Amino acid sequence: MTTSSVSKGCFVFKPSSKRKKRALDAEDYFTNGSEDYETSKERFQLCQALWENMRAETEKVQDELSKKMLDSVLEFVRKSSASFLSREEDWASRMRASEIPTAALVLGVNVPDHDMTFQSLSDRLQQTVTPFVVSVQAKECAALKHLLQKFLQRLMGLSVTVDEEEEEAGAELPQRRVHCSLSALCDWYRTVCQKPSGISPGKKRSSSAMEFPPRPPVILIFKDLEAFSSCVLQDFILICSQYTQQLPLLFIFGIATSPCTIQRTLPHSVTSLLCIELFQSLPCTQHLATVIDKLVLTPQQPFKPSGKVLQVLVGLFLYHDFSVRNFIKGLQLSLLEHFHSQPLSVLCRKKEEAVERAQKLSHQEVERIRQLPSFMRFVEKQEPEEQVQLLTSDDHVKEVCQKLLEDLRRYHKNFYPILRCLHVLTSSLPKYPLGKQMRELHVSCLERNVWETEEYESALQLLRMLAKDELVAALQKCVEILKPGKTKNMRDALQQLGTLTARFQQPDSSADPPAAEGSTEGKEDDSAPGQGLQKKTDLFHLQKTLLEMKESRRSKKKSPFELLRNETVEYIDSLVKMHLATPESQPLYEVYYYTSSGTLRRHLNATPRTSIQTALSHPYCYLQNEALKNEAGAISSSAPDLCIVYKLHLECGRLINLYDWLEAYSTVVTAAKGDDPDSGEKGKISEVRHARFIRAVSELEFLGFVKSTKQKTDHVARLTWGGC
Amino acid sequence: MLMVACQSEIMSPQKRTKDAGILEVRFVGDADVLDHIVDKQEGVKVSKSSVQKLVTLKPSRDEQQAELQEEEDDEVFNEEVYVQALGTGPEENGSAGTGGAAVFTFQTIKRSNKMAQMASEWARTPGKSVTFSTPDPPDECSSPPRVSKRQASQNKTPQKGKKVQFVSTTPHRLRKRLSAPSLKSDSDSDLSPSHSEDEDEDEEEKPARTEAEPKTPSKAAAAALYKTPAKKSKKEPEPSLLEEYFEAHSSSKVVTSDRTLQRLQTPRLDQETLFRLLDGKPSCYSEEISRLNKEHEKHFSRWMWQLQLGFSVLLYGLGSKRALLEQFRLSMLSDSTHLVINGFFPSITLKSILNSITGEVLEHQGNFRTPMDQMDFIVKTMREDPEFHVYLLIHNIEGPMLRAERTQQTLGQLASLPNMHLLASIDHINAPLVWDQSKMSQFNWLWYETTTYLPYVEETSYENSLLVQQSGALALSSLTHVLRSLTPNARGIFRLLAEFQLENKDNPSYSGLSFQDFYQRCREAFLVNSDITLRTQLTEFRDHKLIRTKKGADGVEYLLIPIDTGTLTDFLEKEEAE
Repeated sequence: MTTSSVSKGCFVFKPSSKRKKRALDAEDYFTNGSEDYETSKERFQLCQALWENMRAETEKVQDELSKKMLDSVLEFVRKSSASFLSREEDWASRMRASEIPTAALVLGVNVPDHDMTFQSLSDRLQQTVTPFVVSVQAKECAALKHLLQKFLQRLMGLSVTVDEEEEEAGAELPQRRVHCSLSALCDWYRTVCQKPSGISPGKKRSSSAMEFPPRPPVILIFKDLEAFSSCVLQDFILICSQYTQQLPLLFIFGIATSPCTIQRTLPHSVTSLLCIELFQSLPCTQHLATVIDKLVLTPQQPFKPSGKVLQVLVGLFLYHDFSVRNFIKGLQLSLLEHFHSQPLSVLCRKKEEAVERAQKLSHQEVERIRQLPSFMRFVEKQEPEEQVQLLTSDDHVKEVCQKLLEDLRRYHKNFYPILRCLHVLTSSLPKYPLGKQMRELHVSCLERNVWETEEYESALQLLRMLAKDELVAALQKCVEILKPGKTKNMRDALQQLGTLTARFQQPDSSADPPAAEGSTEGKEDDSAPGQGLQKKTDLFHLQKTLLEMKESRRSKKKSPFELLRNETVEYIDSLVKMHLATPESQPLYEVYYYTSSGTLRRHLNATPRTSIQTALSHPYCYLQNEALKNEAGAISSSAPDLCIVYKLHLECGRLINLYDWLEAYSTVVTAAKGDDPDSGEKGKISEVRHARFIRAVSELEFLGFVKSTKQKTDHVARLTWGGC
Repeated sequence: MLMVACQSEIMSPQKRTKDAGILEVRFVGDADVLDHIVDKQEGVKVSKSSVQKLVTLKPSRDEQQAELQEEEDDEVFNEEVYVQALGTGPEENGSAGTGGAAVFTFQTIKRSNKMAQMASEWARTPGKSVTFSTPDPPDECSSPPRVSKRQASQNKTPQKGKKVQFVSTTPHRLRKRLSAPSLKSDSDSDLSPSHSEDEDEDEEEKPARTEAEPKTPSKAAAAALYKTPAKKSKKEPEPSLLEEYFEAHSSSKVVTSDRTLQRLQTPRLDQETLFRLLDGKPSCYSEEISRLNKEHEKHFSRWMWQLQLGFSVLLYGLGSKRALLEQFRLSMLSDSTHLVINGFFPSITLKSILNSITGEVLEHQGNFRTPMDQMDFIVKTMREDPEFHVYLLIHNIEGPMLRAERTQQTLGQLASLPNMHLLASIDHINAPLVWDQSKMSQFNWLWYETTTYLPYVEETSYENSLLVQQSGALALSSLTHVLRSLTPNARGIFRLLAEFQLENKDNPSYSGLSFQDFYQRCREAFLVNSDITLRTQLTEFRDHKLIRTKKGADGVEYLLIPIDTGTLTDFLEKEEAE
């Protein structure tokens, strides 16, 4: 191979410049290998458009969510920069003067998500408060020197690039050579501030630059405070505190864990130089809920992940990283996979376009539709003549298809509002029978018909016991949810729920007496067995009385309130049964739903070690050869050398004697060949076998199962334990 | 056929010392063995049919769909296992499918079940039995009494302490044993040279081993197959795997047999012989392996578009992925700039990678002060020209020289550039530990399982395996190089030492030439005039690693050439020839 050498590890290959043709892009590769070029191209474009749409949506969500925190940080920055300006000569302000205002942002453990937050923070700071915003990361600042260098370079480099139009282009280099110290920075700051007119024309956003206060603060963002070495930070802060008079410095700490890391990394003498204010970001679960709400629980997005896919993605989020970014990556991957693997995803788009596209279905595509399981089920339910039509006439299929797509669209339009209503009604029930979060309810609705589950039963039971005010409040929320609904069903439901709520509120006078009556009756009932209980305390009687009580309850006449409540619950139940059927029951659902959660898990949350160990202990799984087929745990002596050697090494303790190992290996291999182990001379091991063993052992070493050790001659140490 | 089962195996040491007397040796008849087998096979049948039913329920689906269905079933198990591994799921479902629980023994240890399996295996294939006995195999199967006796004696050992040594065969062995007292006779300790012992070890270790379930990527049947035994053994009391672990790792002494490779006729093969021997041998299952690789090659265009959409592709799985990546490179990347990096190469550095990017790919002349500056330059240049795509292919991104945090960070930064595409492979079982969350998100990995079963020829060729004799070719040439630059006197000094060492090559207790002796000899040969000159010279040798000094028991310094005799003879012959 051209890429192996004993003196080099890097090999660069460049295409010969002569035949430099257009490099293929993702689209070409996406379409490559699929049967019909045209539709896959269409699918790719569709997919990209949808993804752009989704990304824009998530960015919007992100902005909205972090807005509150960022606003308060901005407010803080403004306030402290104002205090820089109006520094009076009294004792208190001089005391405060040596303190550096610091905003500590507690952002949560989902470090990958922080970048976006910091980006928008520094953008907004630069737009509104000050042009001097610098962010540093721990990995760039191993020593104080580097930190200072980065700080100055980014700060002054910025203004250098701004000034470039006026001065000569070579200004950058001498600037960089400026002795790296804060006093140099102060000088620079003074010159910059003295000629404010010098900056603002150079600024691109001149209009916003005008709003800057005369002495804009210099803001330094430490993106990952935990990763900074404590002495670097200490020294830096100590130095900076000496310059607070000349330089209005301001720090922003990004904290992933908890605010006490500040105390842990910095001693009191240093923290006393800071004037820290804490800012808490929204919990990432809330962020996730909003993202799901905007991307999944909406009829606007044609692409839908199935219940299992969602489970995988949410599982990754909850058990691995809490990272919304990774969740979105997972969504992106499932979107891509859906469009790549499902040829009919050409129909996965907005309703009008989809209907239009359905008219232009090719014969092949119609055939594909006929093969969809959901469509087959649909066909089976039709009348015989209709069935024949559907199976023979392409045009008819197209027509039906349009109708079905519209149905599906309507189904989604009804599904999500009702889902939300159900969530509102059940999310406050004790023990959360249907889950606390919307996503849990959503997944269970996608998986099966929710009304067939026990949890749903118990939730309804609990609903029937809800107090009036709670029920009314929940109903009102439902009404709010249903209001924007445009379909007929939704308007009906809205009306019905509205009247129900009204009936709850209006007949206060008429309903109250009977209700009160009922309650007093109940009280009487309660008190009577209560007395009984005091007399005889054995379990049998208790049970009996309780049963009797139950009987009497059941037979008792219900108050109007109870009747109304039951009616309401019945109505909600009917709504759920009508609209929350699983998507699988809808014909053509395959067009919109991506179901292959296995692919997703394999690509996002792989288990490399399991795969290696399975390959070692069960070669049959990969090499489907009958000779390798064996009982679990047993070792086929005809397995590849590496597998045999691996299996043998599992039997050993911490150290492995190479000689014994080799001998055992040789026995196994001899047995595989069908030789009589006695026939060979004792202890003699053929060279080839020896060589094979050597290779297998060094491969095991390479894989990290064993390593050489000096503890004993000709021994290797095992690096795993037991059967692993 | 009779099998031996030793029951009081995995116990805490204290318990064992008490119970050592009550060793239970069970003879399992053929019938029982058969029972186990039949039992198991019934389970197999049941689950198989259930799966078939599952498929036939949907007769309308075509095969692909059915497979998909199965795959989904598989996943249900996975998810359960997955949840269970997190400690939240229901207790049942010990192992199924591809979940981690199947391959790693986390919770259930199937003791009796395991033994049954062993038994069944041996009963069925006696000829192919996996035993550790080369010298005299018959005695392990045919003489169970002996085995049991030995086990009993072994289990008594801890009680009586270190003095009793029933099984020692050679005085040397005994001596060794006495000097290295082992208070407990853990079966890891391979106390005797007898091989029936190993078998006993088998019995003990195996239960602790995984009920390793085959991972069948597409067949749920197999997953269902192994569910039965797992459930059966669920209720068994859990032997403390943890305790066992600490027991084995608490003592620094590990007792294994003392045999060394010197017993072989050719204790060490050199690299060349190794290659020669392995080259001619056709690999077994080549057909299946090539089928497997063909399967992976189908992913090529998919990788390409995923790379271009901002993901990085990571290949894992057993077997060398070099050939696969090379194939990918040749078929897909011939028209674009790309960079191949051998992470397994022992002297690869981050600097060399960055240098080849800046120097050869971006054609930048000049140096950079720090890798960070270099990175900044790369980032800037790549951003300027978004149409310019560079592909990085890294074999073994977790290679020993690339493991450093900073290196991975830089690679992650490279991968996060929109027009830099990364395709990498990993092999080490702990490789994913190299990345934390933020690096993972920089890399934006998509994992692909590509088990190839190809030998790691290139990857392991750099390694200094214990078993491979260092060919000495390199040592010899460096030796001559260094010596050529020395004065004739210095060469003479070295030759003197080499000759002396060769004279003593058959003396096993030779520990080197003492400094005083050496000085005397050098004086006699008119090579040095004072011991200071000699010391200076020796320091130079030592700096070039030509000699090694060792303090003897009497405090005298001994000098040694740390090169094997063959190379040394070659060297002297060459010197003579000149």
